Amino acid sequence: MILTIADAISLALKQEMAHDSTVMLMGEDVGVGGGVFRISDGLQKLYGAERVIDTPLAESGIVGTAIGLAMAGMKPICEMQFDGFVYPAFDQIVSHVARMRNRTRGKLTCPLVIRFPYSGGVRALEHHSESPEVYYIHTPGLKVVCPSTPYDAKGLLVAAIRDPDPVIFMEPKKLYRAIKEEVPEEEYTVEIGKARVMIEGSDVTVIGWGAMIPTVLKAQNILAKEGISLEVIDLRTLSPLDTETILESVTKTGRCVIIQEAPRTCGFAAEISALIMEKALFSLQAPVERVTGFDTVMPLLKGEDLYLPNEVRLIDGIRKVMGR
Amino acid sequence: MSLIESFNPLTDPMIQVMNESGEIVRPDLMPNWSTEKIKEAYATMILVRVADAKFTNMQRQGRCGTYPSVEGHEAIQIGSGFELQKTDWVFPAFRELPICYVHGMPLEKILLYWLGNEWGSHTDACVAPVSIPVGSHMLHAVGYAWAMRLQKKPVITVSYFGDGATSEGDFYEAMNFAGVNKAGSIFMCQNNNYAISTPRSKQTVAKTLAQKAISAGIPGVVVDGLDIFAMATVTKLAADRARNNNEPTLIEAINYRYGNHTTSDDSGRYRTKEEVEEWRKKDPVMRLKLYLQKNNLWSEAWEQKIREDADVKVRAAVEIGENFPVQTVDEIFDYMYEKPTPALIEQKEYLKGFLGNQ
Repeated sequence: MILTIADAISLALKQEMAHDSTVMLMGEDVGVGGGVFRISDGLQKLYGAERVIDTPLAESGIVGTAIGLAMAGMKPICEMQFDGFVYPAFDQIVSHVARMRNRTRGKLTCPLVIRFPYSGGVRALEHHSESPEVYYIHTPGLKVVCPSTPYDAKGLLVAAIRDPDPVIFMEPKKLYRAIKEEVPEEEYTVEIGKARVMIEGSDVTVIGWGAMIPTVLKAQNILAKEGISLEVIDLRTLSPLDTETILESVTKTGRCVIIQEAPRTCGFAAEISALIMEKALFSLQAPVERVTGFDTVMPLLKGEDLYLPNEVRLIDGIRKVMGR
Repeated sequence: MSLIESFNPLTDPMIQVMNESGEIVRPDLMPNWSTEKIKEAYATMILVRVADAKFTNMQRQGRCGTYPSVEGHEAIQIGSGFELQKTDWVFPAFRELPICYVHGMPLEKILLYWLGNEWGSHTDACVAPVSIPVGSHMLHAVGYAWAMRLQKKPVITVSYFGDGATSEGDFYEAMNFAGVNKAGSIFMCQNNNYAISTPRSKQTVAKTLAQKAISAGIPGVVVDGLDIFAMATVTKLAADRARNNNEPTLIEAINYRYGNHTTSDDSGRYRTKEEVEEWRKKDPVMRLKLYLQKNNLWSEAWEQKIREDADVKVRAAVEIGENFPVQTVDEIFDYMYEKPTPALIEQKEYLKGFLGNQ
């Protein structure tokens, strides 16, 4: 079937709820309203209000009760309405979700999924356009997943729901309905922790994830016409990181540009850059380049294009490592 | 309407069954306990006091990490604990030695945690791990009880926390979620009058903490937390509501922390000896002893015997706890995820190599 990312996520939820009665979807407006992005449209009619739950408007309450539900054998999927609304639940996520297994030496676990739309470029309000992945990547005990295609969105969400550990599932809201591709109707999983080489190339490795991937593909297309060959890596999972795929590629190309929507300082690009420096320095023909957002608050809609990395800035970064 | 539903937390006096002299003032509210059970409760109080004093001393001797004293909380935790089923789930904060013990955790496990070993939170008892961030764990108890309703299991949950926790937003969210989602969870607020140094009067101008339940649409009651019989009776009523009808209850148990907040605290900085002495007159252990004496259930010889038994048990727990194997490199890495990540494997190998080469 030809599906968008939004369709693929909906289908994954619907199918996982059908075959596993412990799976619950809980969040603000996910039931009757079907979610503000309509991801759960129709699910409450299908599975009832005890499994698709319109919760009180309290993010800490959603995640905090999901912890107890998960400890008791349920499989809660918490939808946080927007990237910038997760913060009230941050304490529950870093203080408890991420720690329950280690704290009890495996006696109690917290296998839940926290989904939220992230990324800018949709002309939304403040707190609706953020890229907060590093907070979760930096937290031991969490897995962080960020698909960029319908196929991966479905397969990774199914994998996240079945994962025995808590997974932060970041959905690129700008891409919810921007891309369509063939997605198998039957259930399948995409392994968490594996990056994908989207396009093989020889001159520069470009690493991105989530909402930045279409920008990378645009740059790749433009530069291919100039004879510059990019190897494009979509990380798909940010934690645990697939270092093997990154290092293999960079060792081959000798050049690397990392693109990230989040603010620059201590962003995930910095970690990847450090990794390459530690493990592949002598393969490098140029310093690793980061193309990122800025250390500013995400501007409101009139200013967001100034902030967001685009193919022009990415190409500029690629030319820099190419020495052209 | 039961005592709980009819209680008005804004106007009704604190529920007391046994007064400071050990006299039963509300015979109609006495728990249905045999004399043996009452004596067992007293012996448990003694054991807990001995353990509490021992663990505090061990910290002073450098044998134990920071430890929060629990003296003054015995009636709340033992009284309520005696009314729970062993399959019910207890969600402690950190000053909860008595309920953890009563609910089935071996004393050595409880000590092991304070000795700084995560294996102290690995237990077969239905007790969640110590939760240090104040006020954050009541939500877990609500979620667990919610799951029990969905799974049609007759299991309830109880969270234990202090007066300071009622200022946290999560406290309100937990009560609110419990009401909306029909979670059979008891909120056991131990109002010991201080959150470290901050007195109850600086937490809120609300007349009672129990009245906060009104905002979530659930009942709140005020109970004498130094009266083990009142605690047992009110817990039983709340447990019945939770088990039979998935109805939550907030219990404000008024008590006093006789010791310091933790071994790192000096309570002399924020309260007077006179104040502590006033509360000492209401001591929950002394009070039950007076009751036993009035009812010819106590003797010097018996007291001596249960104290000796307590010493033996505590010594055995210390022996096991202190001889528990030291944590290995593997243990600090191996429980982060079900399967280790490549980064953890690499870091563990590095640390082992580094330590091996020293």
